[in-house]
Amino acid sequence: MALGDILIKVSNVAKHFGEGETRVDALRAVDLTVRAGEVIALLGPSGSGKTTLLNIIGCILAPSGGRVVLDGEPVFDGKWLRRDLRRLRLDKIGFIFQSHNLLPFLTAQENVAVVLDLAGRPTEEGRARARELLDYLEVGHRAMVKPALLSGGEAQRVAIARALANRPRIILADEPTAALDGARAGLVMDLMRKLAVEQEACIVTVTHDEKIFDRFDRLIYLRDGRLADA
Amino acid sequence: MNLALKDIRHGLFRFVLTCFGLGLLMTVVLAMIGIYNGLVSDALAVVKAPAADVWVVEAGTKGPFAEASSIPADTRDAVARMPGVAEAGAVNYQNVEAAHTGQTLRLYVIGYEPGRPGGPQAIAEGRGIGAGHFELVADRKTGLLPGETIRLGRDRFTVVGLVEGAMNSGGDPAVYVTLADAMALQTELDPAAQRVQTARGAVSVKSASVATIIARMSPGADVDLLTATVRQWKHLAAMTQVEQEELLLASVVDKARRQIGLFLGILLSVSAVVIALIIYTMTMEKLKQIATLKLIGAPDRTIIALIVQQALILGAAGWGIGLMLILTVKDYFPRRVVLEPFNVMVLAGIIAAVCLLSSALGVRAAMKVDPATALGS
Repeated sequence: MALGDILIKVSNVAKHFGEGETRVDALRAVDLTVRAGEVIALLGPSGSGKTTLLNIIGCILAPSGGRVVLDGEPVFDGKWLRRDLRRLRLDKIGFIFQSHNLLPFLTAQENVAVVLDLAGRPTEEGRARARELLDYLEVGHRAMVKPALLSGGEAQRVAIARALANRPRIILADEPTAALDGARAGLVMDLMRKLAVEQEACIVTVTHDEKIFDRFDRLIYLRDGRLADA
Repeated sequence: MNLALKDIRHGLFRFVLTCFGLGLLMTVVLAMIGIYNGLVSDALAVVKAPAADVWVVEAGTKGPFAEASSIPADTRDAVARMPGVAEAGAVNYQNVEAAHTGQTLRLYVIGYEPGRPGGPQAIAEGRGIGAGHFELVADRKTGLLPGETIRLGRDRFTVVGLVEGAMNSGGDPAVYVTLADAMALQTELDPAAQRVQTARGAVSVKSASVATIIARMSPGADVDLLTATVRQWKHLAAMTQVEQEELLLASVVDKARRQIGLFLGILLSVSAVVIALIIYTMTMEKLKQIATLKLIGAPDRTIIALIVQQALILGAAGWGIGLMLILTVKDYFPRRVVLEPFNVMVLAGIIAAVCLLSSALGVRAAMKVDPATALGS
């Protein structure tokens, strides 16, 4: 496990919806490799296949064809190679959403610790890890507050803490800064990058937010389901 | 981390309110079960009270409760002499209305021969009838107190004791008087009416008939042999205690029993639908959170536990509140509400089953949720 390891390898992946005249090709023979420590952005107009690709990497959506290898483990090769995809997500992937999607009935600390609880770790370990991450993201003082009482920036930082709680090596983010102003968006991206490097993880972000384009190692454009490095 | 409890605590007021609403519904269900039991229990109380083995009544009738029965009072001597009979007593039953402290009391008057079968089994307060005339023992529900007097017919009776749970199938509380007083109450006319009868040349309007003869058997005696022997006397019929109880349930209270039973069935069905709707709605409101849980890797068992635990907590709380409320108010019902532990436990079982079935609907919806829906805004 080191910086530079290939964490995501998508080879010749295609995805189409429907058949015959109603067939829509969302992705066509996409190849993508992301290494540990990299922070990349998926860009493109609406319907270009960004979210489809993110869902495929996140093992939420099965490709129509191709091969997907995550953290050295082949997970799709014409079919899913693992049945417990949720366990795979729990162990290897962290998600950050546009609207943070924190569970409203848990405190900020519990929202982070729940991931470790689901992974079967002891409660104390989950609590300590949650505190550590929240303190690191400078929201430790809001640990016992419910999401409804957090500001947008605080909630998004708690969501980042949740995504990183189980030390996943792949972090997928869907418009993580859409609800934040420019300064705060830049701060969040800097934090994500710092954590990615420290945890030897990679970050794949779907974004339209031009204010943060300079925070990425690579900007990858999708058009009509095809990739083009910028 | 128990997500079900965390979620409940998050919306505690709403959850408690829902539990209270369900609890009120359970109160009605338990009340109907209690009323149903009370009806059956009340109906059987008057039959069970004398602890009889055999009821001898007028031939061709199903007396003394399902039909009127009239047999000579001295039939008791004949029955008492029959083989296997330990003791026998003549009994009369009638309904009267009497004024007491400005209110009208509807009473079920049981006339019996003190020292013979037919009287109260246990005195709760005061004493049993000691004098030959004008004393009565009343059921506590009459509101009468020892030492008070009440006018029945042309005579004033003194309450000497109280019993509990003595009533007829209509729920009218019973009073026990001597057979002689009961027969007088049944036959003696108002003085003006008596004068008219005398003027018309009527010899006597008094009758020496009773409603039934109650017999208790010696240990090991053959009850069926006695009833068969009595039936050979063409003017008499005989029923065993079991036959009398079955007759009462099959005829006297049958319609009321079925009516309440049917209503109880409808009420249980409505409750099941309400519980199912509450649980299903609770689950549907959480679909986005369930999608998030799936996305971050929660296994199915965590999501199922979240839904099923909440459903069972809701059901248990509703059942508990319902039980508490009915136990608090049941004594204010005009008729007895009888709740047996068995009924309460059966209802708990039904609610648990309904909650599990309802949560299965919610679980089905939750299992169908695509984790990708959490990614949308």
